[in-house]
Amino acid sequence: MIEYTPLIPLLPLAAFTINILFGRYVRRAASWISILASAGACVLSYPAILAVAQGGHFLKSWHWLTLGNYKLQFGYLLDPLSATLLFVVTLVGTLIQIYSVGYMHEDPRFSRFFAYLSLFMSAMLTLVISNNYIQFFMAWEVMGLCSYLLIGFWFEKDSAANAARKAFLTTRVGDVGFFLGILTLFVAAGTLNFADLESIQPGPAVLAAALLIFCGTIGKSAQFPLHVWLPDAMEGPTPVSALIHAATMVAAGVFLVARSFVLFARFPLCMGMITIIGTITAFMAAFIALSATDIKKVLAYSTISQLGFMVTALGLGGLSAGAFHLMTHAFFKALLFLGAGSVIHGTGTQDIRQMGGLFKKMKHTGATFLIAALAIAGVPPLSGFWSKDEILVTAFNSGNFLVYGILTFTAFMTSFYMFRLVFLTFFGTPRDSHVHAHESPAVMTGPLWILALGSIAVGLPGSPWMHHWFQNFIHGRAAAEGAHHAEETLNLTVMGASIAAGLAGILLAAWMYLGKQKRSEWILQKFRPLYELSANKFWFDEIYAAWIVRPFQTFAQFLFDFDQRVIDGAVNQTGFATLFASRIQMGFDKYIIDGGVNFMGLFTQFFSRALRRIQTGFIQHYLLFVFLSILLFIFIELRQ
Amino acid sequence: MTAHLLSLIIFTPLLGALLILLIPKSQESLIKQIALLATGIVFLLALLTFQTFNPGQADFQLIEKAVWIPQFNVHYFVGMDGISFPMILLTALISLLACLGSFGIQERQKEYYFLYLLLETGMMGTFLALDLFLFYVFWEVVLVPMYFLIGIWGGPRREYAAIKFFLYTLAGSLLMLLGILALYFNSNPHTFDWTELVKNSFALGFQKMVFLAFFFGFAIKVPVFPFHTWLPDAHVEAPTPISVILAGVLLKMGTYGFMRFSYPLFPEASVWFRPFFALLAVIGIVYGGFVALAQTDFKKMVAYSSVSHMGFVLLGLAALTQNGWNGALLQMFNHGTITGGLFLLVGVLYDRAHTRDMNAFGGLSAQMPVYSGILIFFSLASLGLPGLSGFISEFLVLLGGYQYHKTTTALACLGIILAAAYLLLMIRRVLLGPLNKKWQSLPEINTREIFTLVPLMILILAIGIYPKAILHYMTPALEALLLKVGGTLS
Repeated sequence: MIEYTPLIPLLPLAAFTINILFGRYVRRAASWISILASAGACVLSYPAILAVAQGGHFLKSWHWLTLGNYKLQFGYLLDPLSATLLFVVTLVGTLIQIYSVGYMHEDPRFSRFFAYLSLFMSAMLTLVISNNYIQFFMAWEVMGLCSYLLIGFWFEKDSAANAARKAFLTTRVGDVGFFLGILTLFVAAGTLNFADLESIQPGPAVLAAALLIFCGTIGKSAQFPLHVWLPDAMEGPTPVSALIHAATMVAAGVFLVARSFVLFARFPLCMGMITIIGTITAFMAAFIALSATDIKKVLAYSTISQLGFMVTALGLGGLSAGAFHLMTHAFFKALLFLGAGSVIHGTGTQDIRQMGGLFKKMKHTGATFLIAALAIAGVPPLSGFWSKDEILVTAFNSGNFLVYGILTFTAFMTSFYMFRLVFLTFFGTPRDSHVHAHESPAVMTGPLWILALGSIAVGLPGSPWMHHWFQNFIHGRAAAEGAHHAEETLNLTVMGASIAAGLAGILLAAWMYLGKQKRSEWILQKFRPLYELSANKFWFDEIYAAWIVRPFQTFAQFLFDFDQRVIDGAVNQTGFATLFASRIQMGFDKYIIDGGVNFMGLFTQFFSRALRRIQTGFIQHYLLFVFLSILLFIFIELRQ
Repeated sequence: MTAHLLSLIIFTPLLGALLILLIPKSQESLIKQIALLATGIVFLLALLTFQTFNPGQADFQLIEKAVWIPQFNVHYFVGMDGISFPMILLTALISLLACLGSFGIQERQKEYYFLYLLLETGMMGTFLALDLFLFYVFWEVVLVPMYFLIGIWGGPRREYAAIKFFLYTLAGSLLMLLGILALYFNSNPHTFDWTELVKNSFALGFQKMVFLAFFFGFAIKVPVFPFHTWLPDAHVEAPTPISVILAGVLLKMGTYGFMRFSYPLFPEASVWFRPFFALLAVIGIVYGGFVALAQTDFKKMVAYSSVSHMGFVLLGLAALTQNGWNGALLQMFNHGTITGGLFLLVGVLYDRAHTRDMNAFGGLSAQMPVYSGILIFFSLASLGLPGLSGFISEFLVLLGGYQYHKTTTALACLGIILAAAYLLLMIRRVLLGPLNKKWQSLPEINTREIFTLVPLMILILAIGIYPKAILHYMTPALEALLLKVGGTLS
């Protein structure tokens, strides 16, 4: 069955082709074409995953392009890392597409929505199984395109259209860094294959390549300082937010770090940089999430923060911890977004201040949302607990206690903002009488329950109960015996602190939002400057607008004026100068040269006119002239 | 049939043009049919070269040589290799599609199609001539019909634009003519024959002088910064099909000239001028991108984007590596298909709305979904989205450039971000947002217009997915040429 691996991305690609070209004819069947393709990919990937779990490692490639002496080979690479992502992407992707049938059922561009989703699935799966950086980058960019198209799916809204552009451009800044990193790597090491990374001789050029490649992660995984696009990306339909902007595409940046791990791990500077970026991101985004009032914005900042966790884990050398959290996060964050979508679908609003008491009316949504919230808050034995604990252990064992402290505090903030959201949305009393909530149809709640099951269970393979099977799996069995023993040992102190942080956050949220309303306002007054900082998102958008976007536009305008006035001006001036010179020449020609000629003519004419007067035709006159002339000559002769 | 294939390619349009002269003005549909037939036959003939052209052979193929002016050793000498092959295909295809795209033109059709076909003969000859004298003749043959096509069928400032185009390029070509004569008199025996000239090794000082003379001729055509300002004016004023020809084929004549003449004839001078070349390339890429960002006129934006994209061709040439050259030649081809398509699309919109001000539009995606899809496709190709052809050539150029000079190439990458910025801004302004009420009755793109675009889309997608198919025709010739110049193959 392994030989069918190329079909995994090709099936969704076929679905995309059908839906985009014949959307007018297939209409609502578009959803089933996409879902079947996605489910087919899911089915096809299980034999591959199983084979990898049994210790297999598969690589097959075909010659695609010749770069000088180097033959660039496209193909697939199946190893524990790609198998994990295959499992997550095909399963979560299929569930979200099923959910979308319900969520998008009234949309006039129904078939186009599914076409885009299929294209996205195809690109993501290509990326997951790719064996080299170019194929990876190509799929990476196509995912960026899908993100652009889907954020701007409701393009009639100005906000959606702007958000789409912002997302594409912001990530492209990171992507150009990534691209330069690939070029640097190729020039320095002469290879682009993931399989060859281990044998590369480290050097300054390779370090530069590693740092540049990481820029791709910063853009795609919305890390500080390029995180600004992800919250705006929530303008897209909610299933898109769940699939692309939470569970899979944004995790591709983390996957990139994991893929390049053997390269990055050679350079402490690079790993340090990754850790710093990840930690800043985790903390900052969680801090902003504390005050967000849009249900999807809370989740968006939460995604950024959790991605920061994963990046930090990788930066600290915790490959399995990062990959583990990537997997669990995909399940519970997809569930959170789909739950939010169900709430939006049922209430017609995204503002949590207008919600409240929804649990009674939306039992399925509420229950599954609560499970996901518990998972992300890190309550044992749900999946998020195990993976977050792994990251905290990695931080603790690395001896970097500042990072460890920040991450633990962020874990506390995570559970606080998450339960603030849960309590404001589902508990208490309804705050807005205009909102008439109703539960979503089964096509939407079904996937919720399956994802809820996943949110509970996918942590178990990485738990001590299963002897950290997942961690061993990621490292391959041989490596588990050696370097990574530290990760496996139970650290009860860290675990205790992690549980305490999670519970403290829940309790604080309950105290502030379940009791009297005064409490939250009192806290708000007390911490006004901090609240301002959080509510204004550290003024990132304003700073970028003033210091980057506007100068950029001004410079463009300046160059255009320069082009018109100076460069084109010079061309026109040359033209005018030539014209002027030719006028002078013309004047010279007309008055001096031609004037001279005409003068000669006039001169001749004048004298001829004078002479004509003596040409009278009377013979007597001529004889008189002869006579007078002879007299004149005689007179002259005689004087000498 | 294949004996005089190249001559047939060159002169079939001329034959069509003469035929049109014999037909009364009122027979408009017949004139159109003849024009379409002529360009169609040329396209088929170009496809026929696939059959006889051997991609593995670096030398010229399908050679035809005859004495033309024996006193000056001038020959009618044409031949095709891996460099001219893609250009011939491009010219044949673009000419056919733009001919189809011309059917909307109503005024003075007889003259229009006569000049149009004459133009095609000139372009084909330019790409196939191997005798410098012959090359110069074809080069100038292109200029005259172009002048009239812009000056008669253009927009409100057509006369200014046409004169500017004509004089500017003519000034450049005269310098080139001086260079050609200098070559003639310094070669031994005196010759215009490319294959003979390339065997001469001239002194570096002489090379530099003549290189510069050729440079002005070609640089104005490309156009290289700072000689580019005729381009936006010419594009804005030219009728749509002529814009397509201008961007799709004419600009390539400049870079083709560099590749065919400047580099092999003056190898030492090319290496000497390399840093300046790379610098001008990068300035063009970044500068063109910035200026495109500041445009509100749709067509002007595409025109400036051409300046930016043609900069990549120059960067690839300056790299003097196999990747860079492969990329440069492929970028010439791709720019022709992509920007040609964009100009067609601008024309589609302009024919309906009679404005090109991007701010006047908005929300057309709801009104014209097929048009929007196609426009987005071409924009993505232009901004270098992987999977479409523009990415492959820019990737190869940047890889080659990076092997030559890292900082310069890194700066050129700014052009990629800028391309995304201006193209997405265009999409944002024209297609997205709420629909402007004024355009509620704008009709969707019609079948004829779609027909002109689909072949380009297929090519863009095919090259993007499987670039080997076309590179395999180019590489041997480029390799041989590169070795002559002294570049690196790795």
